[in-house]
Amino acid sequence: MTALELKRVANVIRQDIISMLAAAKSGHPGGSLSAADIVATLFFNEMRLNPKDPHWEDRDRFVLSKGHAAPVLYSALAEKGYFPKEELQGLRQTGHMLQGHPDMKKTPGVDMSTGSLGQGLSAANGMALAGKLDGKDYRVYAVLGDGEMAEGQIWEAAMAAAHYKLDNLTAILDYNGLQIDGKTDSVMCSAPLVQKWQAFCWHVIEVDGHDIDALLAGFAEAKQVKGKPTMIIAKTVKGKGVSFMEDQAGWHGNAPSLEQAEQALKELREEAENLG
Amino acid sequence: MADKVATREAYGKTLLVLGAENPKVVVLDADLSKSTKTADFGKKYPERFFNMGIAEANLLGTAAGLAAAGKIPFASTFAIFAVGRAFEQIRNSIAYPKLNVKIAATHSGITVGEDGGSHQAIEDVAIMRAVPNMVVLVPADGEETRQVILAAAKYYGPVYIRMGRLDVPLLFGEDYQFEIGKANVLREGTDAAIMANGVMVSMALEAADELAAQGISVSVVNVASVKPLDEETIIRVAKTTKAVVTAEEHNIIGGLGSAVAEVLAEKEPTPMVRVGLKDTFGESGKPTELLEKYGLTKDALIKAVQEVLLKKQK
Ligand SMILES: Cc1ncc(C[n+]2csc(CCOP(=O)(O)OP(=O)(O)O)c2C)c(N)n1
Ligand SMILES: [Mg+2]
Repeated sequence: MTALELKRVANVIRQDIISMLAAAKSGHPGGSLSAADIVATLFFNEMRLNPKDPHWEDRDRFVLSKGHAAPVLYSALAEKGYFPKEELQGLRQTGHMLQGHPDMKKTPGVDMSTGSLGQGLSAANGMALAGKLDGKDYRVYAVLGDGEMAEGQIWEAAMAAAHYKLDNLTAILDYNGLQIDGKTDSVMCSAPLVQKWQAFCWHVIEVDGHDIDALLAGFAEAKQVKGKPTMIIAKTVKGKGVSFMEDQAGWHGNAPSLEQAEQALKELREEAENLG
Repeated sequence: MADKVATREAYGKTLLVLGAENPKVVVLDADLSKSTKTADFGKKYPERFFNMGIAEANLLGTAAGLAAAGKIPFASTFAIFAVGRAFEQIRNSIAYPKLNVKIAATHSGITVGEDGGSHQAIEDVAIMRAVPNMVVLVPADGEETRQVILAAAKYYGPVYIRMGRLDVPLLFGEDYQFEIGKANVLREGTDAAIMANGVMVSMALEAADELAAQGISVSVVNVASVKPLDEETIIRVAKTTKAVVTAEEHNIIGGLGSAVAEVLAEKEPTPMVRVGLKDTFGESGKPTELLEKYGLTKDALIKAVQEVLLKKQK
């Protein structure tokens, strides 16, 4: 896909996020919106997938370590055709398959159950190790949050991925600067992250996480790196694309009301029109 | 009776009282201070509030150190992350040296609701109960929570306090008396007993009312102190009723039902039915719908009483 087409996909994903959260009346808009360009680029360009065969052994793997951003993943999966788009309206409802956090037993296309922060990178490591063991050429992608960087397990996994030279693994940090209780720098400062990941022997790439061309270039570079895993530190804006949600910690875990959703969708439709 | 308040809400308010009374009280959280309700303490006593970020193992480990240096730390996060992520820190850094840490966990059980199974702790009581030196308390309403928190602060040693997200009916007035190690008989009955804690207590009372109208006399015992367990009261009530139903928003393996069964099996064998999650995880949904789906309702308790009465007849 071209960068422009990917931008359109990201816009559709953002619209899906808003409407599914409004229908659910709960969930996490901020971190879903900030990851929309990353996820669109991965699912619609980068990753080798077969929606007709979600368990295809040679598929690239995706782990949403920041599992509360499930809506961004669900939208991408629906848009890819893993399940009907109508399912999005059942998000978080009793008996429906789209759980508040990704559930690999319930939802086709979800490669790993997540939701408890800090655990996803370890699982991605395991998938990457298995790929090497089986002589397969699939790649593994994991999206992490910056608040999530505080979990010790992240750094245990960081060390192990480098130790086992997992060059089939690319992690993406959704670096939006916010978590629940406020700015990441004031809750628990994890900076400087570039130096930290470099010190853990990872190849580190810094990109604007809303610049599709930069993301494409970053993923291409990661594939060329041999002998180490790659961390793409993607600078993002939490709530990206919806003016009143942008850079507001308060929109971490609150769903928009119907009026707010209407306003948000209006903005996103305008953006779509401008994309042409 | 119509008033409702979440136990976590009462926790946040009581922390303010403790903060004013005792400068040794410190509070730690892990990026959930608005949800666990420790944020108000943080605002009022910023120098005694430590947000550890999303790092629960470090949260509990740091609490251990603060306690070892003479503070009375209340460490809060969701039950799944406190007991789940930091189990071994709790076991080896807090319980083993019997340090004075209060693990005040919120968002327990399936009434977490929409966040789903990954966030619904249904095994925390079982896990904490199995740890030597640990006191395990499960308050039923706002007033009991207030008293539980004050009692925990007064008691020296590790305490696990299990609270919920959902608004629950206010059951008790200030004349109510909670004590660590004591169960409270809320209703005396002769035909059967419901021993419950947490959100199940109000349903147990409603079930007892409805059964009374059918001519069935049911005791209701609030077992907020799961450990130490009030064996004396449990045995006495089992002796009079000869039929016991337990009710908890927790897996039926290892929680209150198991604790009561252990005592009765050894000291007063009594027909029993355990109401709780039947060894299954929860899922996303509205809390009330989930309680219905997983059989944690007044009607389920009525059925359980009828079932235990049949066992008793045999
Ligand atoms: C182990 C664990 N602790 C706490 C939480 C509750 N929680 C959900 S999202 C979140 C903040 C996440 O912040 P960040 O990683 O920066 O994500 P983003 O800003 O991208 O939404 C927290 C504390 C959790 N899901 N898992
Ligand atoms: Mg963030």
